[in-house]
Amino acid sequence: MTSVEFLQWVRGPGLAIASIIFVFGMTLKVLEIFMLGRKKNLAELRSSGVKEGFRTIITRFGAVDRFTTRRTMFTHITGWVFHVGLFVAIFLLTPHIELFKSFLGFGWPALPTAIVDFVTVITLITLLIILFHRITNPVLRYLSVGEDYVVWVLTFLPMLTGYMAYHHLFFPYTWLLGIHILSVCILMALFPFTKLTHAVTLFFSRWYNGYMGGQKGVKQ
Amino acid sequence: MAYDKTLGELLREQGITRRGFLKFCATTASMMALSPSMVPKIAAALENAKRPSVIWLSFQECTGCTESLTRSHSPTIEKLIFDVISLDHHHTLMAASGYGVDEALHDAMKENYGKYLLLVDGSIPVGNPAYSTISGVSNLDQLTEAAKGAAAIVSIGTCAAFGGIPHANPNPTGAVAVSDIIKDKPIINVSGCPPIPVVITGVLAQFLTFGKLPEMDELGRPKAFFGQNIHDRCYRRPFYERGQFAETFDDEGAKKGWCLFKLGCKGPVTYNACATMKWNEGTSWPVESGHGCLGCSEPNFWDMGGFYNSLSTPTIDIAKTAAAGLAAGAAVGVAAGALNRRKKNKAAREHETVTINDLEKGAKS
Repeated sequence: MTSVEFLQWVRGPGLAIASIIFVFGMTLKVLEIFMLGRKKNLAELRSSGVKEGFRTIITRFGAVDRFTTRRTMFTHITGWVFHVGLFVAIFLLTPHIELFKSFLGFGWPALPTAIVDFVTVITLITLLIILFHRITNPVLRYLSVGEDYVVWVLTFLPMLTGYMAYHHLFFPYTWLLGIHILSVCILMALFPFTKLTHAVTLFFSRWYNGYMGGQKGVKQ
Repeated sequence: MAYDKTLGELLREQGITRRGFLKFCATTASMMALSPSMVPKIAAALENAKRPSVIWLSFQECTGCTESLTRSHSPTIEKLIFDVISLDHHHTLMAASGYGVDEALHDAMKENYGKYLLLVDGSIPVGNPAYSTISGVSNLDQLTEAAKGAAAIVSIGTCAAFGGIPHANPNPTGAVAVSDIIKDKPIINVSGCPPIPVVITGVLAQFLTFGKLPEMDELGRPKAFFGQNIHDRCYRRPFYERGQFAETFDDEGAKKGWCLFKLGCKGPVTYNACATMKWNEGTSWPVESGHGCLGCSEPNFWDMGGFYNSLSTPTIDIAKTAAAGLAAGAAVGVAAGALNRRKKNKAAREHETVTINDLEKGAKS
């Protein structure tokens, strides 16, 4: 297989297979969660809880309390840095916006490539620090399962290959672009069946937390 | 045919000065990224090179490669070099027609058996040989026969090198490249639709100078000309970095000469010398004239998802495939959800209530 044939495969059939698995898996997962339902609340409601639900989606972006924040400062900072980095790299790079535009029908302004490149380096370093922390911290290491490492690799590879492709490192660009798209295809295919689903389910579960909390208590 | 005269003698006969000849040698050396110390070596080799027999065969092609070679050079030294190569057979350029042409071909093949250079443009239909025949002989038979006595084969143009346009999906003639058929001869691919003329002459000069094929990339193309990426050498690259793109062919960005990535430029995955050597005697090249690179020197360039769709977009209808995934996911999800509910309800139904009396009974016994 030549580099061109490989690129053609990942841009065509490969991406088609990955996106079918991704959409299929995510729909299945979300429907299953919702169809489990919840027990009927027999108590008198303080409020409908809808407003509190939305508020919690926002408030949980911050820390719960000062003590916890201080104790988990490392996780907070590194977590924020690499999540924002992922957001910038995925959604604010021109070629990626072109991709979204091709099936959404609309685009949005991009950041200059040099800035995205810088953010990518920061994200890659942060991800490496996070992995190092996971391995060296005894508690975290004890709590970690194989999937945690798989998910790390799945996230790290598209960033690394994207960086390599942009800088034409080691291989011809055609190969690198193909490998980059393949790494994203693998990420998409495994996304619905790993912890990565939190990118979607996080909003539902936060809303539910706020919603239930909002219903409890006594009306003033 | 004067096969015995050297290239140097022939050039002098044509009125080429020593200075002009050395200038050509220096240009060739710099094109092939060789050190200046190689110039005398090239000159000496070319000077003493015997006029090699060149046979040019045309198969499923549009004559664009020949047009490129002949039109783009009003008498330059490259053209004269090409003239002094004994081009013994070339359908388009030959004055002869009919049986004389076939005779010339067979004579040249016989006389220079094992020594001639075979140049091929156009792809070869193997689906049904009748799609392209010359004097009743299929392209496949003609190529196999001519290849037997060739010292080396040069595939001129993307059709001969990779199948090109005839090979494009759905490839009705079953078109293939020369390298798909001939496996036992050295083949060099000079791809492009058409290739840059100086690249053709440069490769020939290098073959004459060193008597062997140049260093090639994974696709069999000479690295000296195809080792550089269009995107890397593009003068519009700074606009790509800054995120300044032409959105249409006549907007402000296009007028200001911004990057053509969004308009489908395939420069990032194309390896060719256009950005450095340019066309029409160095006048301009596609990107300079405001049109994105089509990637014509790459295999399957016709099937890379549309000339005007940017490189990062998929070649398939992703909304359609996603809709299929959504429908399947919804169906299976609802079924799985229903099964889960049934299981839950069944468990609730079968749940036996334990009373305080049961527990007391259990404790006593």
